[in-house]
Amino acid sequence: MHFDKEVDARGLGCPLPILRSKKALAELQSGQVLHVMSTDPGSVKDFAAFARQTGNELLASTENNKEYGFFIKRK
Amino acid sequence: MTDIEEVVNRRLEELLPQKIEEALRQREASKTPTLAIIASRGTLDWAYPPFILGSTAAALGWEVAIFFTFYGLNLLKRDVSDLKVSPLGNPGMPMKMPFGPDWFKRINWNIPNLIQAGVPGFETVATLLMQQTIKNNGVATIEALRGMAQEAGVKFTACQMTVDLFGFCHDDFIPGLDYAGAATFLPVAQKADVTLFM
Repeated sequence: MHFDKEVDARGLGCPLPILRSKKALAELQSGQVLHVMSTDPGSVKDFAAFARQTGNELLASTENNKEYGFFIKRK
Repeated sequence: MTDIEEVVNRRLEELLPQKIEEALRQREASKTPTLAIIASRGTLDWAYPPFILGSTAAALGWEVAIFFTFYGLNLLKRDVSDLKVSPLGNPGMPMKMPFGPDWFKRINWNIPNLIQAGVPGFETVATLLMQQTIKNNGVATIEALRGMAQEAGVKFTACQMTVDLFGFCHDDFIPGLDYAGAATFLPVAQKADVTLFM
């Protein structure tokens, strides 16, 4: 999937993946896509909730061998 | 009652609940959620909840205010590297080693309170082990989380009465704080959607 910016939050604990993503999203234009990589199993629920709360769309969420990926479109 | 009145009344009774619910939903959607936290503890473990929740709420677009009172003032000191954690009288705290082979790391060292209290420097060692565990798990330092919370616009207020009580001065603390008392916190808490005491 295409993305405009990437956050590598692998190895980081809650709430760092969310905080870094929020910062990165703020640097994107509306409609651009952020890709986040995480190894925190809690981030699966957290990114879904983050998207719901902030109105940024979670386009896709992937899991591969305990690595999680999230594609978030800036509203 | 005339027929027309009866019809109007019945219609109103059907419509009003829907209208009210819709208006409430709109208000809810347009409102910025607010969080008010009292941070009253000054140990390394208890330093985390206010800063984690505060910075995360800010990332969700919430308005956040944290009031630091009593031992919570320690979390505002310029240097927070001396925050300690005590396993003494804290039976919920797992005592595991942050190094060595996996089987060794899984052991929970059940050390009696009497020994914990009697061995000089036990708290310091426990704190060093906790700091290492925090690092191993990619958990942010308190200083970093605090910085991120402030940067995200979380409002920090220090309780002036306890600043005086413990003999602190404003110079001991990071810049960007408000100094105030209970009368400042309560109206903020009254309007907050979520209020937490830690």
